Amino acid sequence: MTPLLEICGLHVEVEGREILRGLDLEIPLGETHAVMGPNGSGKSTLAHVIAGREGYEITKGIIRYGGEDVSELEPEERARKGVFLAFQYPVEIPGVNNTYFLKAAVNEIRKHRGQPELDAVDFLSLMRDRVKLLDFDEDLIKRPVNEGFSGGEKKRNEILQMTVLEPTLAVLDETDSGLDIDALRIVAEGVNRMRSPERSFLVITHYQRLLNHIVPDRVHVLQEGRIVESGGSGLALRLEAEGYGKAAAVTA
Amino acid sequence: MPEPQRTLGAAEVEQLVEREYAYGFVTDIETEVVPPGLSEDVIRLISEKKEEPQWLLDWRLRAYEMWQGMTEPDWAKVSYPKIDYDAISYYAAPKSAVEDGPKSLDDIDPELRRTYEKLGIPLVEQQRLAGVAVDAVFDSVSVATTFKEKLAELGVIFCSFSEAVKEHPELVRKYLGTVVPHTDNFFASLNSAVFSDGSFVYVPKGVRCPMELSTYFRINASETGQFERTLIIADEGSYVSYLEGCTAPMRDENQLHAAVVELVALEDARIKYSTVQNWYPGDKNGVGGIYNFVTKRGKCAGARSHISWTQVETGSAITWKYPSCILLGDESIGEFYSVALTANRQQADTGTKMIHIGRNTKSTIISKGISAGHGQNTYRGQVKVLPGASNARNFSQCDSLLIGPDSGAHTVPYIDVANPEAQLEHEASTSRIGEDQLFYCRQRGIDPEEAVSLIVNGFARDVLSELPMEFAVEAQKLLGVSLEGAVG
Ligand SMILES: Nc1ncnc2c1ncn2[C@@H]1O[C@H](COP(=O)(O)OP(=O)(O)OP(=O)(O)O)[C@@H](O)[C@H]1O
Ligand SMILES: [Mg+2]
Repeated sequence: MTPLLEICGLHVEVEGREILRGLDLEIPLGETHAVMGPNGSGKSTLAHVIAGREGYEITKGIIRYGGEDVSELEPEERARKGVFLAFQYPVEIPGVNNTYFLKAAVNEIRKHRGQPELDAVDFLSLMRDRVKLLDFDEDLIKRPVNEGFSGGEKKRNEILQMTVLEPTLAVLDETDSGLDIDALRIVAEGVNRMRSPERSFLVITHYQRLLNHIVPDRVHVLQEGRIVESGGSGLALRLEAEGYGKAAAVTA
Repeated sequence: MPEPQRTLGAAEVEQLVEREYAYGFVTDIETEVVPPGLSEDVIRLISEKKEEPQWLLDWRLRAYEMWQGMTEPDWAKVSYPKIDYDAISYYAAPKSAVEDGPKSLDDIDPELRRTYEKLGIPLVEQQRLAGVAVDAVFDSVSVATTFKEKLAELGVIFCSFSEAVKEHPELVRKYLGTVVPHTDNFFASLNSAVFSDGSFVYVPKGVRCPMELSTYFRINASETGQFERTLIIADEGSYVSYLEGCTAPMRDENQLHAAVVELVALEDARIKYSTVQNWYPGDKNGVGGIYNFVTKRGKCAGARSHISWTQVETGSAITWKYPSCILLGDESIGEFYSVALTANRQQADTGTKMIHIGRNTKSTIISKGISAGHGQNTYRGQVKVLPGASNARNFSQCDSLLIGPDSGAHTVPYIDVANPEAQLEHEASTSRIGEDQLFYCRQRGIDPEEAVSLIVNGFARDVLSELPMEFAVEAQKLLGVSLEGAVG
């Protein structure tokens, strides 16, 4: 079966600087993969390229999603096909009500899938359900999107959006950083509850701590724009003990 | 570390803000137009057509005399070629509306009725806007007013200005020019000389007006100016909420709209005045569009009176307008809530004046300027506290949102305080719609145009929430549509 996400020999430039340099990655449907790697190695760049952010130029290589080359698709088109990115730095949208925003997103996506739009009542009950599961502060859903949210609240808001939008591929970019211990557990449970044979996750993290909760099928090490090592969940433990120096040495 | 911020490029913005003007059609209707040019004779002719009393003609002529000695103001941050006042026609009226005197709602020319239907303003009394009474002004004349009888049961007078001059001359004479005198400024004097119609409202003592009153201004004829005059009087302890809307056909020439609005709030009265201005803004290259040069002022004459101006300005090639409050009564309150959006080559120089005269007077100014494309947006506001205005308080907040690299925002606050007890607070901010905000929305499946509209509406929220319910949704859509691109 073709993998849900298939990246081959990907080179990406940002502002004329090459950040990804021949990256290969495959995530089969239903699997959860972790990507680890030093600061500045290109993890967020990878996440943004998958989501189709402008300004990230693919100079070589290919990204297939669900068997289709998506490198020319607009970000909203990919989102509607089920790609979701939980941002490392979620963006504030002053004055735009969180619930209103999410309802707009849900209905855009449903519209493009030929599903009927949710009315206010249905949407609110869906929202309430997810808010409860994530132990999310009810007040936050009435406030403007991320405006004045604490670091941890922003990350939880990303996960709330994910559970409402129910993507096929969820890329979580350091969703664990900034979360307190309880929040980390709640978020991880939220992710685990969503794991299914019909959905894949790409979890970017610096810490084994998260992977204790969300046990990945595969772990990849990203360094200097390339995947330099891949392995089972044990790889993360070794990295935590030994650091990235060793991994680099392996491929050098 | 956070990614370096990328701002939106000119081409991207051009796509996002390219606008379609939905109200640019022309009504094909037989129109009586006075030949272009301004003279005493033209003023006499207008006055005669309206069968006005001598005192009003004299007032017009005094204004005209003043005007001839005045020069056009040039202090606003707007630029436009010199206006030839002799090339403008000062009176245009659909023949069907003026022949055989005033009409009942059932007798309106079907062509006019269709026009207002197309504009979303049904001139019937039980439809979508059932809670709103409408005075429809077409070029220089009022063609219909709905719910007049129902309002009259409460003693509320809502009619065209011309009708008020005939039916309630004592009220018009008592208040006309008491807030904006015929000597006030170049455009106000011009208006005083040639104004043709507009709306008149009187709310008697202690009456809370049970529905929204609104005037819909439509310019249709070409090479004419529209000079309407609105006068609203809220007697002691009364309340009224009034809304105006405006549109015009798409034309390559510029057209002048120089209106005057006067509000008088007596003791404990409250007037809420809202504007949704959507005059034709001109095309992408700045050809055509309305010059909206308007004088609006309210007088809080009595103690504890309260006037709020709320405006959503999305149209016009140039907007020059400063809805102001004279806070004469002790403990009176003045408010100004404004969203001004300029895209393409539009220019707006708008703001307010809050003049504190009475004791314990309070004013609030919230201004949200949005500039896209080559749009230029200036907030110009004055807070003046006179020596007797003990304990006056003002809060001002002026925020600007820039979309794209070529747009501009300017804030020009004047503060003039002659009472040491006054407390003034001023906040200002400028931000840009970032590529990061846009990407965030798009990643959630939202179209770029929809995303810009969402962000703009969020930015304007504090002002939109001041609009009457019936129109808040309308205004929200307008802010979206005004920015809507031709992409996708
Ligand atoms: N828009 C941009 N303009 C210029 N350089 C950029 C841009 N985005 C990313 N970079 C650079 O690309 C490199 C990779 O950045 P990226 O954010 O992908 O790293 P990361 O692996 O996510 O790091 P971290 O662990 O700190 O989040 C960095 O050197 C960064 O400075
Ligand atoms: Mg990163």
